[in-house]
Amino acid sequence: MKILWLQSAGCGGCTMSLLCAENPNVLDTLGDAGIEFLWHPSLSVETGDEVTDLLSAVERGEIALDVLCLEGSVVTGPRGTGRFHMLAGTGRPMLDWVRALAPRAGDVVAVGTCAAYGGMTAAGGNPSGAVGLQYDGRSKGAALDEGFTSRSGLPVINIAGCPTHPSWVTETLLMLAGGALGAADLDGFGRPRFYADHLVHHGCTKNEYYEYKASARTLCEIGCMMEHLGCVGTQAVGDCNIRPWNGEGSCTRGNYPCIACTAPEFEEPGHVFTETPTIAGIPVGLPSDMPKAWFMALASLSKAATPKRIDTNAHSDRIRVAPSPKGRK
Amino acid sequence: MSERQLLVGPFNRVEGDLEIRLDVRDGRVTAAYANSPLFRGFEMMMLGKDPRDALTVTPRICGICSISQSKAAALALGQVSGASMPPQGALAAAILHGVENLCDHLSHFGLFFMPDFARPVYAGRAWHDRAVARYTAQEGSAVRPLIEARARLFHIVGLLGGKWPHTLAIQPGGVTRAPDARDRIRIQTTLRAARRVLESELFGGALEAFSALSSIEALEGWAGGDVALFSEISADLSLGALGVGPQRYLSCGAYPLAEGRVTKAGVWEDGRVAPFDPAAIVEDVSHAWMLGEGAHPSQGVTVPDEDMAAPAYSWCKAPRLGGRPVEVGALARQVVDGHPLALALAAEGGVRARIAGRLLEIARLVIWLEAWAAALDPSARFMDTGPAPRDGAGVGLVEAARGTLGHWISCAGGRVGGYQIVAPTTWNFSPRDGGGVPGPVEAALIGAPVGEDERTPVAVQHVVRSFDPCMVCTVH
Repeated sequence: MKILWLQSAGCGGCTMSLLCAENPNVLDTLGDAGIEFLWHPSLSVETGDEVTDLLSAVERGEIALDVLCLEGSVVTGPRGTGRFHMLAGTGRPMLDWVRALAPRAGDVVAVGTCAAYGGMTAAGGNPSGAVGLQYDGRSKGAALDEGFTSRSGLPVINIAGCPTHPSWVTETLLMLAGGALGAADLDGFGRPRFYADHLVHHGCTKNEYYEYKASARTLCEIGCMMEHLGCVGTQAVGDCNIRPWNGEGSCTRGNYPCIACTAPEFEEPGHVFTETPTIAGIPVGLPSDMPKAWFMALASLSKAATPKRIDTNAHSDRIRVAPSPKGRK
Repeated sequence: MSERQLLVGPFNRVEGDLEIRLDVRDGRVTAAYANSPLFRGFEMMMLGKDPRDALTVTPRICGICSISQSKAAALALGQVSGASMPPQGALAAAILHGVENLCDHLSHFGLFFMPDFARPVYAGRAWHDRAVARYTAQEGSAVRPLIEARARLFHIVGLLGGKWPHTLAIQPGGVTRAPDARDRIRIQTTLRAARRVLESELFGGALEAFSALSSIEALEGWAGGDVALFSEISADLSLGALGVGPQRYLSCGAYPLAEGRVTKAGVWEDGRVAPFDPAAIVEDVSHAWMLGEGAHPSQGVTVPDEDMAAPAYSWCKAPRLGGRPVEVGALARQVVDGHPLALALAAEGGVRARIAGRLLEIARLVIWLEAWAAALDPSARFMDTGPAPRDGAGVGLVEAARGTLGHWISCAGGRVGGYQIVAPTTWNFSPRDGGGVPGPVEAALIGAPVGEDERTPVAVQHVVRSFDPCMVCTVH
């Protein structure tokens, strides 16, 4: 399977994250499955005219393109021209290139939330007119049409995340190479369900604090960050706490909130990222699927029942009180 | 006499997109114009936001120097709110930052810079077979060990900072996660594993021995590992004389700890180091697709010229220090710090100097990281809390892998009124200024050889990649 990987209006962090793939390293993970890059901005030797020649040949259909990966959003500004990113050496906006190349591709993959939905590049009034490949935020129809499908018949596959976990990318590509990714394997925003069917809450090491609503009040306390510190792990899709990042990490394990970076429009939550908006003391965003009355009843009960150990630790920067299982001497 | 123009791009194995226009006469570059072709507008995005959001937004300027952006933002916000890191918080932040810088240096050498010497254009050179075996893109025998070493080093960021890139662990008041005794042991173990790979694959000798080199002769006499291969290539291709920059080096001093910055701050020129005065910075916009006038970053604005009118040719502004271009990066840092090998390389100022400066920094940085990890005290405080930044101005200056990075913020009533960023590659890849003075890479490219049939000259590639440009930071 041959991949052409292009980067536009993003930070390059999804590639940098991809290079952190392990067991085995990224080159073996992909290479052993017969996946190779026609060109990749960080990995390939070809530069300049070698690349422009390749892109032209793909555009003319002379070189078969199995997968087009785009990292970074597509900028449409200024005034719809896309000239905020002219692909170097070509005199053409990346917006043009994407529209020319996508129909040639067996599958089109948006790597990262920028390429999927616009992402952080669309924050703060979106000065560059950044959009995703097939979504502009939550709305379908962006750089590519709402009804776009690649040669395989699939819409754009959105590996959302800011950045993407290396395994989200490698496993999506491996599934494509093995013919194991169909329309039913994507969720309502085009995300592969193998990671998007989980919530960041699943496997969160702060779950005991969550159960008792033993909440951290500042970023150096180890309690649950949902009530005060903007954590939306109970509503955000991702298996970040099931298979951690960079060895043993995740945002919540790093003791800062999940900001739902896999979601369209996460870049503008409507409040400070590290503060939970509340109405009458109740967080505005409640866990997915949970009725508000339930949450309030459970929260008041569990707060009243919080053991001293959990209450103390939640408001400390480390575990101060060890658990004392019954019968332990 | 033959004259022609070349448009080189897309320029890969740099971070982000880059286009360079070259005037060539009689087989030499006579003028170069560096275009950063992507504009996103992060400085505009920040206006009106709560200042704290800078810690989430600005790291996403760059996926390769994300922690540097985070650290600069945290320092700038700390100046506004009066927050500072407790000593152990600063130490943990230095470990996070040092790991990112080290990993960036490894990616640069193994993935970005060396593969060019495996190109067929060098077939027949005495060293070519070895360059092919070790550094052919995606295949060389050195590539996997370096990628794997890098991935394992980032486990330290996983432990201390949750994930990489785009951690939110570094705050004005310290770091969010207090490492425990077991974390400290893991960090030390990871660093020892990294040292083994670097000493066996890259240096072929002890890091202490390499960091003790004090002259170019000693560097050329280093017989171990891929460093020796690089020296052999460098001597054969005269990389010492290729790509000489302005030879004016800036560093703001890397890794602020309680007892001060680990490396010195200053501006080196002609063998003397002068103090670095951030007030002497002006961002010129005469050749950038930006409206407005040149200004100090505390007063600067970002208003893109949607007509992209000439004579501008890049989205990059042109920062100047005291009216002149400066070069930043690992070499500059080591020169300003006064390391004897770096001082010898400073006088050379070309491709070899930049690469050797980076190798020197790899060796020194591992040794520092080991010392910092040993000094971690799991019983200490790692973060202080204080009021949120609301009113005032602040600046955060840090040394990213590629050089000096500054964030200038002003806010009122808990909203950002001004946010300007000058990134390392903004310095190195700036376009011409109002006086027509080219930026550092533009100057360094003059004289680079261009073969008659070359459309993407390989010597130009060596010069450009020797700076390790990060184009997504450049314009942001």
